[in-house]
Amino acid sequence: MLNTFIGDAGHLSVIVAFVAATVAAYSYYMASRNQPLGETDASWLRIGRGAFLLHGVAVVSVIACLFTIIYTHRYEYYYAWSHSSNHLPVYYMISCFWEGQEGSFLLWIFWQVVLGFLIMRFNKRWEAPVMAIFAGVQLFLTSMILGVVLGGVKIGSSPFILLRDFLDIPVFKTNPNFIPKDGTGLNALLQNYWMVIHPPTLFLGFALTLVPFAFAIAGLWKGEYTKWVRPALRWTLVGGLVLGVGIMMGAYWAYETLNFGGYWNWDPVENAVYIPWLVLVASLHGLVLWQRSRTALRTSFVLVITTFLLVLYATFLTRSGVLGNASVHSFTDLGLSGQLIIYLGAFVVLAIALLAYRWKQIPISEKELTTYNPELWVFVGATVLCLGAFQVLVTTSIPVYNAFLGFIGVKSNLALPADQIQHYTKIQLWMGVGVAFFSGLAQIMWWQKNDKSSLTNSLTVPGILSLLSAALVILLVQYFGMTMNLTYIVLLTTGMFGVLANLSMVLTLMRRKVSLSGGGVAHIGIALMLLGILASAGYSKIISQNVSGLLYSREFPEETNRDNVLLWRNDKAPMGKYDVSYTGQYLDVPKVPGYVDKQLLFRTADEYKALARADIKRGDKVYYKAGDTVDILPENTYYRVEYKDRKTGEAFVLYPRGQVNEEMGEGLLASPDIKKFLDHDIYSHISAVPPPDKEKDWSEVKEHVLSVGDTIFLNDYFAVFRGVEPAHQTAGLGLTKGDLAIQGDFLVFGENRQYHVHPVFVVRNRMIGRVPDEVDDLGLRLSFLNVDPTKGKFTFGVSTAQKDYIILKAVEKPFINLLWSGTLLMAVGFGMAIYKRRRDVEVALKPTQPEADAAPRPRPIQKKRQAA
Amino acid sequence: MKKAHILAITVIAMAIGIIMSAAGDASVYVSFREAQQRAAEGNLTKVHVVGRLPRDGRQNIMGLEYNPTLDPNYFAFTLVDTNRIAQRVVYFNPKPQDFDKSEQVVITGAMRNNVFVADKILLKCPSKYVEKDIKGATASVN
Repeated sequence: MLNTFIGDAGHLSVIVAFVAATVAAYSYYMASRNQPLGETDASWLRIGRGAFLLHGVAVVSVIACLFTIIYTHRYEYYYAWSHSSNHLPVYYMISCFWEGQEGSFLLWIFWQVVLGFLIMRFNKRWEAPVMAIFAGVQLFLTSMILGVVLGGVKIGSSPFILLRDFLDIPVFKTNPNFIPKDGTGLNALLQNYWMVIHPPTLFLGFALTLVPFAFAIAGLWKGEYTKWVRPALRWTLVGGLVLGVGIMMGAYWAYETLNFGGYWNWDPVENAVYIPWLVLVASLHGLVLWQRSRTALRTSFVLVITTFLLVLYATFLTRSGVLGNASVHSFTDLGLSGQLIIYLGAFVVLAIALLAYRWKQIPISEKELTTYNPELWVFVGATVLCLGAFQVLVTTSIPVYNAFLGFIGVKSNLALPADQIQHYTKIQLWMGVGVAFFSGLAQIMWWQKNDKSSLTNSLTVPGILSLLSAALVILLVQYFGMTMNLTYIVLLTTGMFGVLANLSMVLTLMRRKVSLSGGGVAHIGIALMLLGILASAGYSKIISQNVSGLLYSREFPEETNRDNVLLWRNDKAPMGKYDVSYTGQYLDVPKVPGYVDKQLLFRTADEYKALARADIKRGDKVYYKAGDTVDILPENTYYRVEYKDRKTGEAFVLYPRGQVNEEMGEGLLASPDIKKFLDHDIYSHISAVPPPDKEKDWSEVKEHVLSVGDTIFLNDYFAVFRGVEPAHQTAGLGLTKGDLAIQGDFLVFGENRQYHVHPVFVVRNRMIGRVPDEVDDLGLRLSFLNVDPTKGKFTFGVSTAQKDYIILKAVEKPFINLLWSGTLLMAVGFGMAIYKRRRDVEVALKPTQPEADAAPRPRPIQKKRQAA
Repeated sequence: MKKAHILAITVIAMAIGIIMSAAGDASVYVSFREAQQRAAEGNLTKVHVVGRLPRDGRQNIMGLEYNPTLDPNYFAFTLVDTNRIAQRVVYFNPKPQDFDKSEQVVITGAMRNNVFVADKILLKCPSKYVEKDIKGATASVN
């Protein structure tokens, strides 16, 4: 039955959430208006609190309604029909929740509700002005999923739209209550555990940028230019951690699931998150500078505000459809661009106007920074980050320039750089150099009194060590027959310096107080990530070079990389130091560990069920007996690829995945499989398979008349006809009593193993039916054509087809583990820094207590002469 | 001059450098005729071309050439740009599997000896959002 109740309840909740956010924004504004910070109009405050609470309840109710629709497979709703399907496991239903734009907006709204509640609870003094801004942002976000038409203008896109209202197809004219039996399903690439956790992390990061922004704006509004820094700093740290980890989760997902050959593709969708994160980290350094040295306050204001505006800009980029041809995986255009531009414009104008209005009143430090001030180098480091962000912003916005010029009537045909990797790398690499160098330098200077001799002293050891280790690495690289150009050498050396200088400081700080070393640990993590990127991207080696010597085209033989190799089934091909062979297609069977050979499974009319042709076992444990019905996941085929080291004989198996998804018109979706070694990964994916949608091209049937015990040659293999027996795999035939079913028993000797082949011959009501049997491995099909009982002769038909093959690309990625372990270390460092500042909240809790204005300057460490 | 000024000037100079590099590296959308002109002038920078695949009466794409058993890294096809100019394109990679279903194709690369050598192919497939049919939609009331 068509159920409109739950959708109406959801839609009503959206409207309530929107109205409550509006009321909360206005009431909080009124509560705080014309009052100094910490004092409020009690009655307006009460209304504001109540309204925001109601807003939160309504948001939770929207989420509950939408999830119920997905969970109960209510395909009368467009959202469920378009993002889910009957066979989707529950944990992926969570992912389909945010596959669509509306759901991801909802996720973002939800996180901001949670953060809003935390602020209401823990930052009472700042509550009214900060929450006014929070509720204002919520108002805009909920309007995106409002789905209301006012005066002919559509405001927002509701996730609760019915399929019949979305699709204009004839069936709804004849039967408006028609409900599809199944949904179109979740994009296969999103069916990955990282996609369950990556989007919530990223959107929590997005939501967290609002907190420091709201504090900064509240500070400007209330004329409190310094006190906002303390709470904002803590939240910025949390934001830096969450957003940074979220980005790297996305990178790891891309590495594991997509097949462009790496973890980062400079796609606008990736860039849109990377830019605000860089600026957020820069703003973090600005805030720290103010906390310690009473400098860079204006910079902090600018950077904190910019971070949030960049998050809004990212939303505009990825959701307005402006990217068009530029991105493969930006969201579809829901016709919200106008709303998004208003949203972006409103915040840009208001924030910048307020900042400009108050600019002169923001305190600045009079003292000139000298070369021996660590603050100068922190500042330079933050500037480097901003320049890096600026480059990505300028290039990623190219489609926006086109759209803008088109809007004012100028035709522009500007496109993104043809070689994006080269374009971004040439600047980002130097940003990495700057980050590694200045982080090391400033970290050492930060904790000591600096003059010429003390600085020289403390820099000598890490400096010399990094030069030595870099020289060693360069020698090793050359020893292995590779070259290193100058920029790589510079990045390597500064990366080493970043690790060692920060490490020397962390070791010193450990003796004093472990929690102080958070910054140092995070910096080591970043420097390790840079080294990991240098090694894995700069020295990734394609091992699947075509070595057959067969070149089909000789048009440009000298300049093309031939990076893919064709592997015939069960043939061996040399690849790098490995012999590689493709040994068959496998399926995922939920109850059996690993994958199961397709040849063991007899497919039935129900795609999700198969019959076992033989016992399916792992070791001694039998999971299915021959003839059992097996539950299978038919979407993905896993191609078994064996790697064997020619020298050592060590072998491993990879199962790169391919999914043929015709319904979505997406052809083959290929995902790699990765073998991880400590010092490198072997990454392989399928580039192509024989056209899957076509029937195999079988040769004409050749008849053989055989007696039991005869041997014949079939397509280069010989086979023994061992006898005829009652057919035992008859479950798929639907036999009834009185039917006769017999099968031939053949043993075929393939290259590597033997195959039992059982073509079946059925007699029912004097009608003859034949069920041929195939050996995929050998490209063979046998059918049981006739029986001559008097002579004891049997006729079999043999047809052959081209053997199965795959086209494979395999890449070796050295030291990619440095990138992942660096990420973990960075996260740990952020965590330590947050832990160190955990008391700040409690300070803010007591509004009467005068805030200690000058944070205690860290004690310089009395370094011994022979330190480290 | 104060240090702050030096820093500011350096930053501005770098920002200008970044904009120049973006302007220099930015590619353009062109037609095949313009791509040919560029090649004739010796300009080998890569360009973007947007086009469609020619189809015969039965919606089969004409002029596809891919024979993986001979060379898995050679794929050639004909693309018709927005000015209806057809051009032979080669792509030294396996044929993208969803190629046959794509409506619009964006390629990057440059002309060489009368063929366009593409190094990237971006396919715009009919999105599932415009799907006009539901499986089993002819079935009667549930």
